[in-house]
Amino acid sequence: MKFWPLLFANLGRRKLRTALTAGSFAVAIFLFCLLLAIRAGFQQGVEAAGADRLLVINKFSFIQPLPVAHRDRILQVPGVEEATFASWFGGIYQDPKNMFPQFAIDHRTYRDVFSEFLVPEAEWQAFAADKMGAIAGEGIARRFGWKVGDRIPIKDSPYGSYFEFNLRGIYTGARPHDDLTQFWFRWDYLDEKGPVEMKGRVGWYTARVKPGAAMAVVARDIDARFANSAFETRTQSEQAWMASWLEQMGNIELLMLVIGSVVLFTLLLVTGNTMAMSVRERTSELAVLKTIGFGDGAVLVLVLAEGALIAAVGGGAGILLAKLFTLGGDPTGGFFPAFRLPGSAVVAGAGIALAVGLLAGLIPALTAMRLHVVQALRRL
Amino acid sequence: MVHVGANGDSKSIIQVRRLAKNYLRGNEELHVLQGIDLDIDQGDFVAFMGPSGSGKTTLLNLIGGLDVPSSGSVTVAGEQISSLSRAKLTGWRARHVGFVFQMYNLLPVLSAFRNVELPLLLTHLSKAERRKHVETALALVGLADFATRKPRELSGGQQQRVAIARAIVADSTFLLCDEPTGDLDRQSADGILDLLQELVAQHGKTVLMVTHDPRAAERAHATLHLDKGVLST
Repeated sequence: MKFWPLLFANLGRRKLRTALTAGSFAVAIFLFCLLLAIRAGFQQGVEAAGADRLLVINKFSFIQPLPVAHRDRILQVPGVEEATFASWFGGIYQDPKNMFPQFAIDHRTYRDVFSEFLVPEAEWQAFAADKMGAIAGEGIARRFGWKVGDRIPIKDSPYGSYFEFNLRGIYTGARPHDDLTQFWFRWDYLDEKGPVEMKGRVGWYTARVKPGAAMAVVARDIDARFANSAFETRTQSEQAWMASWLEQMGNIELLMLVIGSVVLFTLLLVTGNTMAMSVRERTSELAVLKTIGFGDGAVLVLVLAEGALIAAVGGGAGILLAKLFTLGGDPTGGFFPAFRLPGSAVVAGAGIALAVGLLAGLIPALTAMRLHVVQALRRL
Repeated sequence: MVHVGANGDSKSIIQVRRLAKNYLRGNEELHVLQGIDLDIDQGDFVAFMGPSGSGKTTLLNLIGGLDVPSSGSVTVAGEQISSLSRAKLTGWRARHVGFVFQMYNLLPVLSAFRNVELPLLLTHLSKAERRKHVETALALVGLADFATRKPRELSGGQQQRVAIARAIVADSTFLLCDEPTGDLDRQSADGILDLLQELVAQHGKTVLMVTHDPRAAERAHATLHLDKGVLST
């Protein structure tokens, strides 16, 4: 603690340079944290997917429907505890820019399979009692200022030009990464109002597997049950399906890694150069410190501490900026339903800032430590 | 052997024996100091004079533990420093030597108070104790009211006084002053020399001073001459 004044005085020697160095840290760590938040946004679907759930889709394409009658046969497969279904709706609320997922769900079974979504019992019962009823996620309700009782018009869906829904409830998530941007309404309403060719058709099934049952075996048995039928199925775990969807978007992780590495390496060069300049300018002062009894270790620690302090201040600011940015919610208007800064990103950001700060200061610190007092004093 | 003893009967605090320092410049070996023998007593004020390159600063560096001799020994207060490791020598300097340079060598970003406090940061003194020591040292050099000033806000003479306060604040065994008045006008130089004399006379400090200025040397108890690495009275 007694060395703080010396440390702060050295950092205050060139205030603009110190501020710019800390600023470059802040920007780099902000970007780094943002990349991790985006990565987490991509991974959110995989994290949120139920470990005990299987997704059953049409064997040929996800957009090809399946008969509603499949549910009873899926339930007959050993190991299946419950099954529900849903259809993608794809309508527009007021403006095409207002993207959010809309699903027609089976109101009798959906809640049993997706237990992480929490709806007050009274609201759920009101939803079940109203064929035009709908339930919205807390996030989407907040985004559009919806409240229970509102009438929600949705237009231009593949199922028809205009639908109206009564908002009967708002759901929350049991986990921080649960998607709170979905809009659910009753599948029987869609079936009634939709085009004739889509009657009795659903988008996909989600089956919950009994504890202890082998997911792969149950999936194989489901597909076997519909083999050689007009509507063959492809079944995989919800997590695997989410991960394969993510893979279709390219190797996001590698991209993040490359961008992050370039940003941090650039930061290392900039900071290292700045620190080296700072130490070179102070050769005589460091020589004086060593003359009056500051040991090699003390000088090394002093210079390293400067780098660490700049990193801590700049990195902290970067993390704070990233936190504030992510608190604003999904900046893409629906692509990342649960856009947030993971705790691991905060730890990684702080760790990397500190590591870069120390690494950047290491060579100048070693130079200062090895400074030969007599030679340095001779140059004065 | 040169024995400088103002009090005659006191025991030598600095003993230099057959001290030599050689440097290599290219393939040529320079004998900067050649077999110096010297005893200095507690409370002595000794001036070293000689032409440039005669070895004055080198001798001061060896006595101050900033450099190691090629041969011979330096013993201070019974401790032979020429055999100490670099790390031990650093600690020894902090405890025993106060340095005063021609260019003051204060840290420009620190106030006078903080500059004087620097050697105390290496001790176990509490903040309050450090403050007391610094205030005493600044008062002793006549700068009690200048504690918050940065070096650029002080005159050359005042900066040198701060440097002297820094040199005495940890109650070092002796002071090494390398051209302490070399960058000052006559009036300021006289003030600094008065201060050094006061430190010797009233506080029993031992002062070794390198100077080119005969008037500065006159203030010392003894003046020693170095020429081509050889010491004479």
